[in-house]
Amino acid sequence: MPAERPSPSADDLLLEVRDLHVHFPLDEGTVRAVAGVDFDVYRNRTLCVVGESGCGKSVSAQSILQLVDRPGRIVQGQIRFHQHDADGGVTVTDLASLRSSSRAMRSIRGRHIGMVFQEPNTSLSPIHTVGNQISEVIQLHLGADEDTARRQGIEMLERVGIARPAQNYDAYTFELSGGMRQRVMIAMALVCSPALLIADEPTTALDVTTQAQIMSLLQELQADFGMGVMLITHDLGVVAEMADDVVVMYLGQVAEYGDVDRIFHAPTHPYTKALLRSIPNLDFDQDIRLDSIRGMVPDPFHRPAGCPFGPRCDEVIEGRCEAENPPAFSLAEGGSVRCLHYEEVTLS
Amino acid sequence: MIARVPAPDHQEAINVATQWQLMWWRFRKHRLAMTSLVIVILIYLVALLAEFLAPFTPDEFRADYTYAPPQRLHLFLETENGLRFQPWVYGYKVEIEEEALRRVFVPDEEVIHEIGFFVSGVPVRLFGFLETDRHLVGPKEPEAPMFLFGADKLGRDLLTRMIYGTRISMSIGLVGVALSLILGILLGGISGFLGGQVDNIIQRVIEFIRSVPTIPLWMGLAAALPTDWPPLRIYFGITVILSFIGWTELARVVRGRFLALRTEDFVIAAHLDGVGQMRIILHHMVPSFLSHIIAALTLAIPNMILAETSLSFLGLGLRPPIVSWGVLLQEAQNIRTVATAPWLFATGGAVFIAILALNFVGDGLRDAADPYAR
Amino acid sequence: MLRYILRRLLLMIPTLFGISIIAFIIIQLPPGDYLTTVIAQLSAAGDLVEEDVIAGLKARYGLDRPMHVQYLKWMGNIMLRGDFGTSFEWDVPVGDLIWSRLGLTVALSLATLLFTWAVAFPVGIYAAVRQYSWGDYFFTGIGFVGLAIPNFLLALVLMYVAFKYFNQSVGGLFSPDFVEAPWTWARVQDMLGHLWVPMVILGTAGTAGLIRIMRANLLDELRKPYVKTARAKGLSELRLLLKYPVRVALNPFVSTIGLTLPILISGSAIVSVVLSLPTSGPLLLRALIAQDMYLAGSFILLLGVITVLGTLLSDLLLAWLDPRIRFDD
Repeated sequence: MPAERPSPSADDLLLEVRDLHVHFPLDEGTVRAVAGVDFDVYRNRTLCVVGESGCGKSVSAQSILQLVDRPGRIVQGQIRFHQHDADGGVTVTDLASLRSSSRAMRSIRGRHIGMVFQEPNTSLSPIHTVGNQISEVIQLHLGADEDTARRQGIEMLERVGIARPAQNYDAYTFELSGGMRQRVMIAMALVCSPALLIADEPTTALDVTTQAQIMSLLQELQADFGMGVMLITHDLGVVAEMADDVVVMYLGQVAEYGDVDRIFHAPTHPYTKALLRSIPNLDFDQDIRLDSIRGMVPDPFHRPAGCPFGPRCDEVIEGRCEAENPPAFSLAEGGSVRCLHYEEVTLS
Repeated sequence: MIARVPAPDHQEAINVATQWQLMWWRFRKHRLAMTSLVIVILIYLVALLAEFLAPFTPDEFRADYTYAPPQRLHLFLETENGLRFQPWVYGYKVEIEEEALRRVFVPDEEVIHEIGFFVSGVPVRLFGFLETDRHLVGPKEPEAPMFLFGADKLGRDLLTRMIYGTRISMSIGLVGVALSLILGILLGGISGFLGGQVDNIIQRVIEFIRSVPTIPLWMGLAAALPTDWPPLRIYFGITVILSFIGWTELARVVRGRFLALRTEDFVIAAHLDGVGQMRIILHHMVPSFLSHIIAALTLAIPNMILAETSLSFLGLGLRPPIVSWGVLLQEAQNIRTVATAPWLFATGGAVFIAILALNFVGDGLRDAADPYAR
Repeated sequence: MLRYILRRLLLMIPTLFGISIIAFIIIQLPPGDYLTTVIAQLSAAGDLVEEDVIAGLKARYGLDRPMHVQYLKWMGNIMLRGDFGTSFEWDVPVGDLIWSRLGLTVALSLATLLFTWAVAFPVGIYAAVRQYSWGDYFFTGIGFVGLAIPNFLLALVLMYVAFKYFNQSVGGLFSPDFVEAPWTWARVQDMLGHLWVPMVILGTAGTAGLIRIMRANLLDELRKPYVKTARAKGLSELRLLLKYPVRVALNPFVSTIGLTLPILISGSAIVSVVLSLPTSGPLLLRALIAQDMYLAGSFILLLGVITVLGTLLSDLLLAWLDPRIRFDD
């Protein structure tokens, strides 16, 4: 678990996402991939977004830089990005209001917000050298000439732990291992020292040892650069290791939000509880079977009425959960939860 | 992946459907392919029933009607009792064109030739044994001129010749593809099933054949067929030459499927159960890629037809008295002829429609056989 | 890269050998050999056939020797002395007849290749980026039409239209004044003025095919994650399109040269006959009909060799463009 950090202060706020809705209008009907999501990311802190596949965590992350594939579209909500300049001034931009291919959006991508994707094998171009793909960002955003870009690129490769950086700078990506490629991706995302790094399941495609290496690299780099990190994962082990704050997503909504200790030690939402019960633990009695969450994630065209988790929930309140989709209730311990069981908590 | 979830009863039908049913359902949804399939079936029916559908026989000539232009077909005849459904055409009269001093045919509005259905004309033998003198359409008076698509340089009816040409051109596609199929399945199968060195050699041979410009090669081989061969033998000679080069694509498909299937669980399971090699191929592997083969075959037919047409057009393929689309187009070879008788292009239209329809059917079949492959 | 080139060159040897065998077989196919034809021709002309002339010819082509010796003689003459044999129809060495025609064939094929590329590349990109747009359907439609019209028919129709409505003759590769003229800049210009007709005719089907290939490849590439990576870097849409997916889709596009070239050379043979172009097609046809076999065989041999060389060049170009091929040995 990361070292105790002071609680986030408003001065360090980097990104506020409010009531974000992303829809995919398809022939078969509209898929509401993200249906009202709120969260904040702070400087020097890591926000982990967890959930099963299809819960909208990747779409939420990608919509920040407006990279959602067509026909996906942000239909509602705000993504306020706080840019802190050297003398303490703050400019706030609503990224959701920018056009995807606008100059303003492009000047933020790669410069102020870096992004690392899931599959390092396919996320890098197979026919361009590592150096070509890195220096491009430096030249584009920092206006550096080729030699400077090369020097900075090699430095960055060294910084992310690539052996013989000068040589590998001129290598093609298919000459590198999966872990090395992901390091290249990270180097590419961080080479302009962005304030925010979004990592979309960066270790899913890698083997376990490499996963751990990449995660500790991210921690190291965060300590150096002081950037905010938004980490998308479905691995609760990674969350425990990396997170300061946690967003648990279910069917396009935030089921529960809070700091990592609270989420792990006092989970409130039945979904979070179920998720935690489903991870194996070394102290566990051999005879006890691991719980799995019953049922399946519903078909995206047939969202349940009422609470989206209702049909799979063990703690359903008869007559209410089928009818009402609960709003987010603030918790006394901090954070929030979308569950009718906590209605009174807020009221009191 | 987001897929449409079928209604439950629907779902049940899908679960128990055979591979062919599934393929047919997918194919049916492909509207262009379905329309094309109907056209292809019609074209083959024309080929089958040529004797009955054609108003005349292909060699019947009327020397006084050389290069007679197409007549306009009128459907309704004005009689004392008003309009009546009775197709008819005007007769021809000859005029001398002032500047060029040539004879030209113009419609003779004094003369009306009525066209009837199931009229009696020249006796023909349907399917080779059914003697009849009935033709689907024809002039009511047998001697009246009827050239709906115009006449050629000997005054033969182009429509009739095109209908007879359909038989040769469309069947050469089928026969040629059948021959290619034998070669393709044999060599592609061996290549894909045995793999290793044999595969390597066969692949090199295929690559070699594909890298040679085909038309000069075809020309060379076709020109070597002795000129004194009877038509039937020329027909088969040409077919063999065409399929000699056409088999490579089929072999490629067969080999690809074999390689893919060799490592499939059900094939390995059969192996482990001690099922014989031949039985595995015939009972387990072939049925699972038959649909792909059929799609590849359909796509190979138009290429054969194009090849035959091109060779015959050059005078190296089929020769008169055989009537094929290529042979008919050969008559349109020089610009003077085409300028006087542009209706000779009609055969080109038939080629165009047949090739297009076969290609669409083939595309549709390929998509239906394997919805995930592109 | 050097190893790749070497290996590719070595692979060419069996292909060239195969082509020479096929050409030789075609020469041998018609009944009777070259000599009987010559003797028949000379006797028909009423000339006396001198014994020593016959003996000389026999020795030159090794006609009294077994097949493989004849083959070796034939190939030896070609490779060592550039002697392709004699065309008995024209009564001149084959070499005198073919080179200019082959040159024009190559020029026509290359021009057509460039034309197909110049059209198919941008249109393919357009059709992929604006998938299912009006333009996409339009070009797909043209593509199918191009696929279904035989080249020679297109040539005929075009000639007919030009003749009937513009009263122009579009055949040939030169204006009458330039047919026999030596090569000058004016002659080149004159040729370029005529070249577009066969170029368009030959190119239509190929362009249609290439547009479909480019469109399909680019659609595949556009869905690849590296495009999103490039977008996340802040590159503009046009720049990232050209630098990444188009560049990657270029490779399979280049590799189609190997397939297109035989088709172009093939097609040019028949289109040239219709348009009576002074390329190899019409002469080859004439040689085949007249059974002027050394001439015909040499054409088939050299057209094959040109195709193989073209494919080799396209493979080398591909290796130069795609590091994955270069490194894969």
